[in-house]
This record gives sequence, structure tokens and C-alpha cells, in this order.
Amino acid sequence: MNKTIERLAPYIFGLIALGGWQGLVWALGVPPYVLPGPIAIAQAYLDGHAVLNQALLSTLSVTFVALGAATVLGVALAVAMAASPLFRAAIQPWAVILQVTPIVAIAPFIIIWVNQPFLALVVCAVIVAFFPILSNTAAGLASTPPELRDLFRLNGATRWQTLTLLSLPAALPSFLTGLRISGTLALVGAVVAEFVAGSGGFASGLAYRIIEASYRLEIPRMFAALVLLGLSGIVIYAALGWLETALLRRRDGA
Amino acid sequence: MFSLRSVAKTYPNATVALEGITADIAPGEFVALLGPSGCGKSTLLRLLAGLEAPSAGEIEWEHRPGPGDIGFVFQDATLLPWASAEENVYLPLRLRGVERAAAAPRVAAALSQVGLGEFAKAKPRGLSGGMKMRVSIARALVSDPMLLLMDEPFAALDEFTRHKLQDDLHALWRRSGKTVVFVTHSIYEAAYLANRILVLSPRPGRIAADLRPSIPEGTHRRTSAAYTDLVAEITGTFQRVMPGHE
Ligand SMILES: Nc1ncnc2c1ncn2[C@@H]1O[C@H](COP(=O)(O)OP(=O)(O)O)[C@@H](O)[C@H]1O
Ligand SMILES: [Mg+2]
Repeated sequence: MNKTIERLAPYIFGLIALGGWQGLVWALGVPPYVLPGPIAIAQAYLDGHAVLNQALLSTLSVTFVALGAATVLGVALAVAMAASPLFRAAIQPWAVILQVTPIVAIAPFIIIWVNQPFLALVVCAVIVAFFPILSNTAAGLASTPPELRDLFRLNGATRWQTLTLLSLPAALPSFLTGLRISGTLALVGAVVAEFVAGSGGFASGLAYRIIEASYRLEIPRMFAALVLLGLSGIVIYAALGWLETALLRRRDGA
Repeated sequence: MFSLRSVAKTYPNATVALEGITADIAPGEFVALLGPSGCGKSTLLRLLAGLEAPSAGEIEWEHRPGPGDIGFVFQDATLLPWASAEENVYLPLRLRGVERAAAAPRVAAALSQVGLGEFAKAKPRGLSGGMKMRVSIARALVSDPMLLLMDEPFAALDEFTRHKLQDDLHALWRRSGKTVVFVTHSIYEAAYLANRILVLSPRPGRIAADLRPSIPEGTHRRTSAAYTDLVAEITGTFQRVMPGHE
């Protein structure tokens, strides 16, 4: 009983908040170009759903392609860093610098240098997204118990065997944690890149639709695009979280 | 089986772990390396396994061990948590390129040797501490090693489980005639299990006493006078070599 209420709590709270919001907008007669109510936002979505869904698809393709590339890049770098201390020493500070430099500052350069629009967005999103995968996978690779490494050595294991049968499986939980963080970051990166590129005029994603709607003072439509972005973020985070528990339970379950 | 000749180990950080260790170990002996924490027991075991090289002296082998000739059991079971009991036991053979099908009977035999024949498919998460240690022992036995090295394998177990595993290990050793080097800081455990006890002094570890007890076999080993006398004798040895004891 208590558990059910706890599970439903966020939805109930959301409904109450939406209701309150709509009520306030009605009661105070707030004009929609200042603050639209949920109903106006839903209406704006229904009116423009073809364009907005198209934009969502575009943003999500950038996000997922970037997440895939970030996974490959992050894992490959983590493995190389674990294999070679020299490589780690050479790469690590640069990875950190790339991580701490705000993507809004880097994005204009990338959009100039990479003249294929989709690719430029993907590159920006990868830069934002790859770091948690890299650092979590690296931490996971480093966390293999030394006794197990000894056991592999005693049995004459090759480096490849140690990597595939020990280090990588041992790093899977940390990798999945990194992947979940990176999933939402890829979306953030895609949106930021779209904002920067938007003024360059070749984007078609949700961020671009938000800018476009703001120029036209279509405030409800701005909100509708924003809601789609928020929902995408939640769904990505939840799906990767579900993947994490499902995979690990299946693998380590008794 | 092997001889230690003035073996010493100084770690790169200048810690002198072992000094002047000299002993001859015969095939089939159950050797307990007994000493306080930090006296270099694990270091000596790692030297025997070839995981570290001595900084002085040498280890002479009758037959130099290759991969699979040494079974190592660590203090923690250190199983792969994602692999079933039989996958864990198969691991050493797999690393040496033995096909799964060819290994299956040996894996099954090793598991039933430690009494876990029915738990082949269980994942470590579903096993108790004692059962995990049994899997770990099966993993060390599966390559039929000539030498079994064990580093305080039962130290983390509760008393009842520990007694049971000690009994089973003792029986296994009597049955198989394997050479075992067993590290422990428990006088009782060394006295109960071994027919050769090397008492190490505090760091740097040296051999303070070399005992060859023989407690009669039988169900009352743990309560026999020979056993309690041996415990008293080892305790006396420690009082002589430990600083701060009079
Ligand atoms: N890799 C290492 N580097 C430096 N010192 C070490 C290392 N391994 C062990 N030691 C030190 O050597 C001494 C003996 O350690 P160890 O063989 O683990 O003792 P024991 O197993 O008897 O408790 C300890 O003082 C320990 O801190
Ligand atoms: Mg030790």
C-alpha cells in the first residue's frame, strides 16, 4: 500500500503541479505569450506535431549516434590507457581539458571545421558525452582484484585473455554507470550544438525549433519543444538505468 | 620437491620482508607457514608461485613448475562473480587452451572432490562463504597441480565452517598425496593440518623453528593429547621469538 503510493507519488505530484499551473494561468489571466498553461502547450504540440516530431527525430538521431561513438571512443581509450601507462600519461590531461572546457565555447569551431552539419553536431555531442564512459570504464578496469590478475598470470593467460575474460567483464558495472550519465549528456551536447549551429542556419532539431519559435514569439510552441526534450532526457536516463539493472542481474544472478 | 637456499626478499620500497630462508620441502609434505601478520608469509608463497622473484638466494626445484603445475588459493575466494561455479573451475584450463568438452569431466571431478557436485550451475552470489572457498579450492585442484599454495584460505570463515573445511582439506591431502604449502597465522590451524610447521619470526621473516609433528589420525585429532601438546610447544616457540614476550 505504502509502496504503491510511493511509486505513484511523482506522477500524482506532477498532475497536481500541472493542475495548479493551469489554474493560476486561468485565474490570473496570464497571456500565453508570457506563460502558456499546459493545455495551450498541448494544443501547440498538436498543431505543430509534424514539424516537432521531425525535429525530435533529428535531435535523437544526433544523440544516439553520438552516444554510440562516445561508447566506442571511451571504451577504446580506457582499454588503451589501462594497457599502457605511457599512453595514459599522454592522454589523460587532454581528456580532462576537453571535459572542463564548456562545449558552447568549442562548438563554433567544430561547426566551422566540420562542414557536414549532422557530423558537426555529432562531434559536439561526443565531446560532451564520452568523458563519463572513459573515466568510469577506466576505473572499472583498474578495479579488478589483484589476486585474479595473479591467477591469470599463474595460468599463463595472454593479454587478450586477461582483457576479455577478466578486465572487461569486471568493468561492465562501472561502464554501464558511465553510459547512463553519458546518455543524458549526449542529449545535452546535441542540443547545445544545435543552438550554436542554429544561427548558422542548417539545423532542424528541437533546439533549432525553440529558437525559431522564440523569434516568432510562439511561446507555447517553445514550451512544447522543451517538454519533448525533457521527456527524451528522462526516457534515455530511465532506459539506460533499466538496461544496467537488467544486464547485471541477468549476468550475476544466482 | 623444492629447496629454499638463503632466500631473501626486499621490496623496491626497501621493506625487508624475508631474510635467509633455507628449507628443503619433500614431495607430499603438508607445510604450514606460521607467523604473525606482516612477517612475510604471503611473500614467501608468491616467491614459490613465481609471482615475485627473490632478491637474494634461490629456489631449486626438482621439476620446475610450468603453467598449471601450481594451484593457488587466496584468502578471499576471488571467483568471477558473473561465472557459475563450473565456469570458475574451468577457468585455469580455459586459459591454457583446454577445450570445454575435454575439460568437463575434470571440472565435474574437481567440484565433487570439494563436495559441490550439485552446485555446478550456481553463481557465486548464491553460495555461502564456505561454498565459495570450496569452489576456489576446486579451481586450484582442477589442473591436478603438483603443488598447492594456500594463503590463509579459511581466515575469513566462521569457526564451524572453518573446522569442516580443515577436515575436508586434511582428508583430501591424505587421499591425494599432494604437496601443500599452507599459510596461516593460527597456531591451532597449523597444528591440526600440517605434518611440517615452519614458524617464521616477525619481520623480516626468518625460520624460527622447523617442526615435524605427527598427530595420530582419527576422529579425535582435534582433542587428542598429541594435538594439545603440539599447540603448547608452538606457543612456547612463539614466546621465545616474539619481541615483548618474556
Ligand atoms: N608489494 C609490496 N611492496 C612493498 N612492501 C610489501 C609488498 N608486499 C608486502 N609488503 C610488505 O612486506 C611485509 C610482509 O608482507 P606479507 O608477505 O604480506 O606478510 P604476511 O602475509 O605474513 O602478513 C609487510 O611489511 C608488507 O607491508
Ligand atoms: Mg598475508
